[in-house]
Amino acid sequence: MAEQLKMTGIKKVFPGVVALDDVDFRLLPGEIHALMGENGAGKSTLIKVLTGVYDIDGGEIELAGQKVRFTGPLQAQQAGISTVYQEVNLCPNLSVAENIFIGREPRKFGRIHWPEMRRRARASLARLDLDIDVTAQLDSYSLAIQQMVAIARATDIGTTKVLILDEPTSSLDASEVEQLFTIMRRLKADGVAILFVSHFLDQVYEVADRMTVLRNGRLIGEFRTDELPQMQLVSKMIGKELEALEQIEEHARETTVAERGTPIVEARELGRTGAIAPFSLTIHAGEVVGLAGLLGSGRTELARLLFGADRPDHGELLIDGRPHAVKAPRDAMAEGIAFSSENRRTEGIIGELTVRENMILAMQAARGWTRPIPRRKQDELVEQYIKALQIRPADPERLVRDLSGGNQQKVLLARWLITEPRLLIIDEPTRGIDVGAKAEIQRLVAQLADGGMAVLFVSAELEEVLRLSHKIEVLRDRRLVEELENGDDVDADRIMQTIAGGATT
Amino acid sequence: MTTLLRHRLFWPAAVLVVLLASNLIFSNNFFTITLQDGHLYGSLIDILRRSAPLVLVALGMTLVIATGGIDLSVGSVMAISGALACLLIGDLSNPDAVGPVLLVVGAAIALCLVFGLWNGFLVAVLGIQPIIATLILMVAGRGVAQLITGGQILNVRSEPYRVIGAGYFLAVPVSFLIAAAAVALTVALTRRTALGLLLESVGGSPTASRLAGIRSRRITIMVYVFAAAFAGVAGLIYSSDVSSADSNAAGNLIELNAILAVVLGGTALTGGRFSIAGSVLGAVIITTLDITAVSVGVPVETTLLFKAVVVIVLCLAQSATFRAKVFGRFGTRRAEVPA
Ligand SMILES: Nc1ncnc2c1ncn2[C@@H]1O[C@H](COP(=O)(O)OP(=O)(O)OP(=O)(O)O)[C@@H](O)[C@H]1O
Ligand SMILES: [Mg+2]
Repeated sequence: MAEQLKMTGIKKVFPGVVALDDVDFRLLPGEIHALMGENGAGKSTLIKVLTGVYDIDGGEIELAGQKVRFTGPLQAQQAGISTVYQEVNLCPNLSVAENIFIGREPRKFGRIHWPEMRRRARASLARLDLDIDVTAQLDSYSLAIQQMVAIARATDIGTTKVLILDEPTSSLDASEVEQLFTIMRRLKADGVAILFVSHFLDQVYEVADRMTVLRNGRLIGEFRTDELPQMQLVSKMIGKELEALEQIEEHARETTVAERGTPIVEARELGRTGAIAPFSLTIHAGEVVGLAGLLGSGRTELARLLFGADRPDHGELLIDGRPHAVKAPRDAMAEGIAFSSENRRTEGIIGELTVRENMILAMQAARGWTRPIPRRKQDELVEQYIKALQIRPADPERLVRDLSGGNQQKVLLARWLITEPRLLIIDEPTRGIDVGAKAEIQRLVAQLADGGMAVLFVSAELEEVLRLSHKIEVLRDRRLVEELENGDDVDADRIMQTIAGGATT
Repeated sequence: MTTLLRHRLFWPAAVLVVLLASNLIFSNNFFTITLQDGHLYGSLIDILRRSAPLVLVALGMTLVIATGGIDLSVGSVMAISGALACLLIGDLSNPDAVGPVLLVVGAAIALCLVFGLWNGFLVAVLGIQPIIATLILMVAGRGVAQLITGGQILNVRSEPYRVIGAGYFLAVPVSFLIAAAAVALTVALTRRTALGLLLESVGGSPTASRLAGIRSRRITIMVYVFAAAFAGVAGLIYSSDVSSADSNAAGNLIELNAILAVVLGGTALTGGRFSIAGSVLGAVIITTLDITAVSVGVPVETTLLFKAVVVIVLCLAQSATFRAKVFGRFGTRRAEVPA
């Protein structure tokens, strides 16, 4: 079959990094093709080179047999390539409908036909099973919904020949992922060539027909999904065998029987109107508490209240048994509470600062501006965490925005680990992180808890929550509905039941 | 060579050198510095002396812009500080005594601090957009200055006061020394402490900074207070130099020149990374431009045009995209495909 898209000998060099070195890639019409590789392997770069976000340093691109070279994403889109980039890049202060149709608004007599636009926006979201107010401003919705909007935008374009999805599922949960896959399969049946990036191997094996593996900017090979077992795929991605990974899982399981320390934080009927109904929750030292629930169930909102990122309007928060008015993040930080946001791009990293500066930021903020952390100490800390979290490139003076998505996430995590908190709240800490590093982070969490740190772990991935948590809090419709002690009798089905409970009966 | 070309301050420095050199063509003793009556004289000294107010204002503006804000009120604050100083000196029984004049200077700066707090309050506490918040004082401030001077130009005769803007210390202009001290203070304050980092963080992303535990509100207020204080000192230098307070002329359009200086120096208006050295260089370039326009004999009507042309050239030179289009191989983005 003739390739819909063919890239040969692609090379891309950034100052100090060869992001892509002689990479070949091809995409057939009517296939779903997964692009696989560790954090920083060059997946997003390959996509950006294709769509003209970056200039190419070498190699050729052919679209349906024609040599092309795009100067920007818009041109690529006009040529039939529609893309959802890894970092949602819509306009936060425009409405959902405007975001979906920006640049191709339905018109009537030369003017924008608003009712038509809203109707079509609603229809394209309905295909994703999403029923939201399309006139509301985009940033009034959670990151997951924003991601769905981006997907709706890309899949709505009728003339699409090539659809590119760079980690579209990173903040979605099971049911949204299913919706997305349904749409992808339908487009595939229509002959669209789909490029899909994900660190979730199960998802890849579920939808992809073939895959291309990259490692360190080099092409490792192209494989049929049904001919490459999962374990082999991983060892191709990381370039070594996988025993280490399995050990970690064992270890995490064992720690679920740890004894309980003293309570650190206790929420009594804490709540915030419109965000989360009053809930009570105690977190002990050395305990990993997992939050499970669907998108929009109030997971993030609960976490933010404990950190003072939002102010509660109900109930009280006890820290070490004493009532405490946590008005702002820094009050919580003073009590040894840390919070790593799910939204790393707007609430986490600061792109134009270096890796080092980003890492020490929280510690420095806690000390105040008059007491700078001595440079030697900074370098020590930063080096230690670059090593521990395997951040690549391991250069503390590189700007964070030039790091790959997964590595940015690690920098954010390091920022909080450096503060040595007593309670670490991590919202989706493994989002966009590759299999190896994910296992590494899970092990770290287990280890920290063994050392007496309390961890509140928020994740859309049920498996992960189950594996790590001693205690699981289940949320539904912005309400804490059940607390489960993690044990052999608790499994994903049991939690799904609670999550779904009430919805059907 | 390429590292030198890539250096942030390369292009502004190059423009300054070209400007100075072109002066030499028109007056060949441009670079001569002489010692007369124990004072250094010469065009270069003149440039340094006349740059002082703009350097001061640009320093404050740099910090404000680093947080993603802007301060349009600096010119009006200059007028207010000069007006108050001249009014109070006029009331002194002995305007030639050093002590009382120092008190007056202190009072003028204190008033500016209050106005800085006001700006900071509007921006950080009430959340008004900086351009609007400071526009209020920009407009109202001239009125306040006129109230202070009673709508007239206040002339003063005070030897100690005159020293600030027109005096010399160890043969060096005092205004230059003040500006140099302010630069040193700002550098120490931002780079020796963690203030610079926190400022850049707030400018880079206010939300992320808040969640990292930074007191962004306090920091924002602080930079507006800084900007006002430095503008106040600049106002004193200006009014002392002409021994009078003119509420309309003092600091007229200086906010625009200061913003220009900051941008020429490589600090982006969107906030984040800032360069103090760059802003100082920018301020000196602008002053040199003004002086060059005169010495080259650009007709008064076209001075502004002349200035605009130089600024455009500098901005283009600093734009990587433009350089890539024109010079190709210097470009960072569009590299040639190897054959
Ligand atoms: N604008 C840039 N400037 C400099 N280096 C960059 C830039 N963008 C990416 N890189 C580097 O190129 C390499 C590939 O990054 P890329 O974003 O393509 O990785 P990725 O495979 O998408 O990883 P992830 O799974 O973490 O998203 C990384 O080493 C990264 O640091
Ligand atoms: Mg990526």
